[in-house]
Amino acid sequence: MSQASTEIIKISGHAGTVPGAGLNREFQVCKLVDTTTCIGCKACEVACLEWNGYTFSQTTFANSYQTMPETAWNYWNLIKFNEHERDDGSMMLLMRKDQCMHCEEPGCLEACPADGAIVQYANGIVDFQEAHCIGCGYCVTGCPFNIPKFSPEAHKVFKCTLCNDRVSVGLEPACIKACPTGCLHFGTKSDMKDLAESRAEQLRDVSGFADAGVYDPAGVGGTHVIYVLHDAKNPELYGGLPKDPHIPYSVWLWKKPLKWLGNLAMIGGIVGLALHYLRVGPKREEPIPPEDRGPS
Amino acid sequence: MTNGWIDIKNTDMMLIMGGNPAENHPCGFKWAMEAKRNRNAKLISVDPRFTRTSATADLFVQIRAGTDIAFLGGLIRYAIENNRYAKEYLVNYTNAAFIVKEGFKLPEDGLYSGFNSGSGTYDKTTWNYQEGGDFSGKTDAPATPTHAAAAAASSAGAASGHAPEPAPGKPAGPAPPPVLPPNVAYDLTLQHPRCVFQLMKQQYSRYTPEAVERITGIPKEQYLKAIELFTSVRKDGDMKKVATIIYAVGWTQHTFGTQIIRTAAMIQLLLGNVGRAGGGVNALRGHSNIQGATDMAGLYDSLPGYLKAPVPDDVDLPTYLKRVTPTASKPTPWDSMNYYQNTPKFFVSLLKSMYGDAATKENGFAFEYLPKIDRDYSWTHIWEDMYNGKVKGMMAFGMNGVMIGPDTTKNINALKKADWLVVGEIYPDETSEFWRAPGISTDEQKKINTTVYRLPCAGFAEKDGSMTNSARWVTWKYAAVPPPGQARLDQDIIAQIFLRVRDLYKKDGGQFPDPILNLSWAYADAAHPPLTQVAMELNGRALAELTDPVTKQVIKAGQQLPGFAWLKDDGTTMCGNWIYSGMWTEAGSQIQRRGTEDPSGMGVFPNWAWSWPANRRVLYNRASCNPAGKPWDPDRKQIWWNEAAGKWVGNDVPDFKPDSNPKDHLGPFIMNPEGVGRLFAPIGVLADGPFPEHYEPIESPTKNLLHPDQSNNPLVKKFKSPYDKFGDPAEYSIVCTTYRLTEQYHYWTKNNPMNVQLIPEPFVEIPVELADEKGIRGTDMIHVISARGTYTAKAFVTRRLKPMMIDGKKVYQIGLPIHQGFRGIDEDEGRNARTPANLLTPAVTDPNAHTPESKGFLVKVEKA
Repeated sequence: MSQASTEIIKISGHAGTVPGAGLNREFQVCKLVDTTTCIGCKACEVACLEWNGYTFSQTTFANSYQTMPETAWNYWNLIKFNEHERDDGSMMLLMRKDQCMHCEEPGCLEACPADGAIVQYANGIVDFQEAHCIGCGYCVTGCPFNIPKFSPEAHKVFKCTLCNDRVSVGLEPACIKACPTGCLHFGTKSDMKDLAESRAEQLRDVSGFADAGVYDPAGVGGTHVIYVLHDAKNPELYGGLPKDPHIPYSVWLWKKPLKWLGNLAMIGGIVGLALHYLRVGPKREEPIPPEDRGPS
Repeated sequence: MTNGWIDIKNTDMMLIMGGNPAENHPCGFKWAMEAKRNRNAKLISVDPRFTRTSATADLFVQIRAGTDIAFLGGLIRYAIENNRYAKEYLVNYTNAAFIVKEGFKLPEDGLYSGFNSGSGTYDKTTWNYQEGGDFSGKTDAPATPTHAAAAAASSAGAASGHAPEPAPGKPAGPAPPPVLPPNVAYDLTLQHPRCVFQLMKQQYSRYTPEAVERITGIPKEQYLKAIELFTSVRKDGDMKKVATIIYAVGWTQHTFGTQIIRTAAMIQLLLGNVGRAGGGVNALRGHSNIQGATDMAGLYDSLPGYLKAPVPDDVDLPTYLKRVTPTASKPTPWDSMNYYQNTPKFFVSLLKSMYGDAATKENGFAFEYLPKIDRDYSWTHIWEDMYNGKVKGMMAFGMNGVMIGPDTTKNINALKKADWLVVGEIYPDETSEFWRAPGISTDEQKKINTTVYRLPCAGFAEKDGSMTNSARWVTWKYAAVPPPGQARLDQDIIAQIFLRVRDLYKKDGGQFPDPILNLSWAYADAAHPPLTQVAMELNGRALAELTDPVTKQVIKAGQQLPGFAWLKDDGTTMCGNWIYSGMWTEAGSQIQRRGTEDPSGMGVFPNWAWSWPANRRVLYNRASCNPAGKPWDPDRKQIWWNEAAGKWVGNDVPDFKPDSNPKDHLGPFIMNPEGVGRLFAPIGVLADGPFPEHYEPIESPTKNLLHPDQSNNPLVKKFKSPYDKFGDPAEYSIVCTTYRLTEQYHYWTKNNPMNVQLIPEPFVEIPVELADEKGIRGTDMIHVISARGTYTAKAFVTRRLKPMMIDGKKVYQIGLPIHQGFRGIDEDEGRNARTPANLLTPAVTDPNAHTPESKGFLVKVEKA
């Protein structure tokens, strides 16, 4: 935890007050990924590994330039390569940097039952506090982007921190620093949104991508990682980017109505127990019949 | 590069062909993306594969490997026919108006005039300009008595496709080499049937969109879309916009590679894009210092600074200098600086740097010490000669010889015959362990008697020195850490070898010891020459007091020279490489400068490092202005004529005579004797023709559709060893090309876990249709078989390579990366020994640059 605890605005599994409640930070941070200028060089992948101290792991060629099928607990940043043939027969190689989206309404945090294992800072970063993680994996279910990954060795879940440790001391995330083409940008949410919209406009007006647009899905309250896409109407083409991501219904059900039902059931149980005590009295030990006693 | 990396941001149009900068030059590719984002520039990617560069392109066109000249020739035709060229630029800055000698014949049958089928060479007499004056508006051929006879004779010879036979009774002695006439005939209306413009128009009239489609496999509509887009910068001849052409070894590695690049140069001259910010012909170099290696005589037939290496006929210094020093050749009213008239100054200063006091006026500055190049010593010949027992040993530094060249099997068999091999490397590599190549049995290994010395060298971060990048910037770098263990700096190893050889000569004498004994070795520590001192030596210094006759500036003996303008041919200056003169002056090291000012905002950064020549960032920048000296585009002002001051001023160092009034019509291409850019390359420039012509790769799925009887470049020679086999398209029908990936760097990074994780295994990219035909699924092991060897790797089945229709026949193209071999963290101890990619490629080369044809050879594919 490298930001002041007073910056925390949401805490998982936490019933009490939140130190940063009501804090309205002047700037919310945002990472802009312009997929139209990404060259799939994977410099961001390597920068992420090196900054976070992860080392080499075995991979296998799988009919793609993609390093591995999905992000891993020790591989938080992955370029997803997708070949796409357009209606006119022309090819596209869509390359999208996949990582935690840092949702405004984070499903992982909603789903997490462990007090303080997931926090959200006022600048928008959603951060895992592994010390408090109980390894239940509910956050994996809660995420609509398939990002948190369980480590069988650590029995905990890990994901991209948006380089919280760098950002909190005024540095940009490691992936941004490494990007050679300037396809990655980092700044305030409003600045990044403006930049993204102007690029999308350029793609529509100049480059002939009529459906170019910005991916900042409302279903999770917007994200602190946004994309410029050539085809914003079909984000699924970019390696399974969900069209309209929401916190899974099961999590919502469990955390809202079911939670209250559960609470009611629990209270009901306690009340029932109390009534039983009042009516029946405490449980008394039955005397053991003499014939059952052992040989003396 | 005529321009530079950052300058790409100034462009309006990019044609990226024969290169894949997004993958192989990702940092430099930033500027292409800036041009797109900030200027709405368009990017056209032409490649046999849809690459990661193509992914960012506005238009991708899949071309059959090796048909680039057909593509570009058709573009020239289109630009001329649709008035999409720079008329004023063309007339004043190129040789478009020059009249070519009578008897010159275009290669309608695949051969230019003067071909001698016996020797397989060209007599280039007719590849020359006509002597004479102004023929503007006149159609009758200017004929002078002296040249008419020769022209007629050549014409007769050309008609039969052979050089003229010597007249009976006359001894067939060596004819004096043809020279360019000082007074060139010209027609400024460009109407004369033999003016360069008309000949060029005629040459490419055959390259119709239909012909281009049949040859390249690019559907006509798509081709027209691409050339329409590219030439749109010069719509109706408007000069404001600029286009750049960017290429890499996808163009050079062909038996006509130099001619592909010349076609690009011709397009850029035709469209008036050379010399301008955002324009030019830009070669992307594949290593951090490969430009520096070339500048320092990377090729056997050149000396530092692209001076020509002496040949046996150069019996003494005056003979040599007469041969290599050009004289101006231009229309009389025009002026030509002919900067290479200074060759004697560059060359004598080089001899003084090499031999010091032993180089005197009396002994021709020790000219006789220099080796004379009597035959082809280029890469493939080294291995051929080793295979034939002529080359007994090899010292391999800074390269992995077994992996980089064509026909790996032949090269390994050559090394088996060598007596010794010295490899200086930072990792155990395939060259130093050639005897462990897949397929060599333990018994066979025991029979190999080559003694291998593997010397641990310093890595790039462990040594200082200069690097020259694609943009010609010479930048000093500092060592980050000392070399580990017993590893030594390359120059220390070379110095030790030299000093011991010199001692042996001193002690035992020997044949002609003078060049060794008299080699200048004036370093502070002879066994460890500091590279700062080598850099100062390359810059050059005065050996006597010098005074500038105009400015009266004085340079004292022993002082560093301010630049090559001070070089003398009388032995009073020394300079190791004239183009590098100015990089380490009395003011200090210019290559260590790190000034980040950019007053023009055009990315010139004049105080960052130092760019050869003379810190110019864009070459030929005089051509960025119209003949009157005003920039073609007032928004991109590079240099301009200041009438009041009477000189050229601006944001870059003028590549021009600084006080030359535009009225004098001094040509902007000061390095050419003509003073103008060459659409037509006359005698002595290229071996295989004044205009580029489409030839098929040596291994091709089709006959040359322009002239089936002359499919290939007639000057290409094939070796006769049992390994020099070529595939018949009936059996080997698939076109194959090789390339690098962004995740790996040549043969090094397979020793780095991080890179191995990103691309763990070799693969072969094959079209879905071919995979379906052969029952191959992605990740299946397959064999790629050429006439020379079998490469085995997993299949990468992709839609990014599509089948092509070549003259009505379906042709598949496949591609494979070159990185993996039999040494590396995943390969060592025989775990995953991989087959090197180059065991597939043929040892045939470009007749000008001697580069092997690695792009576009024939294979077949089988499931393993």
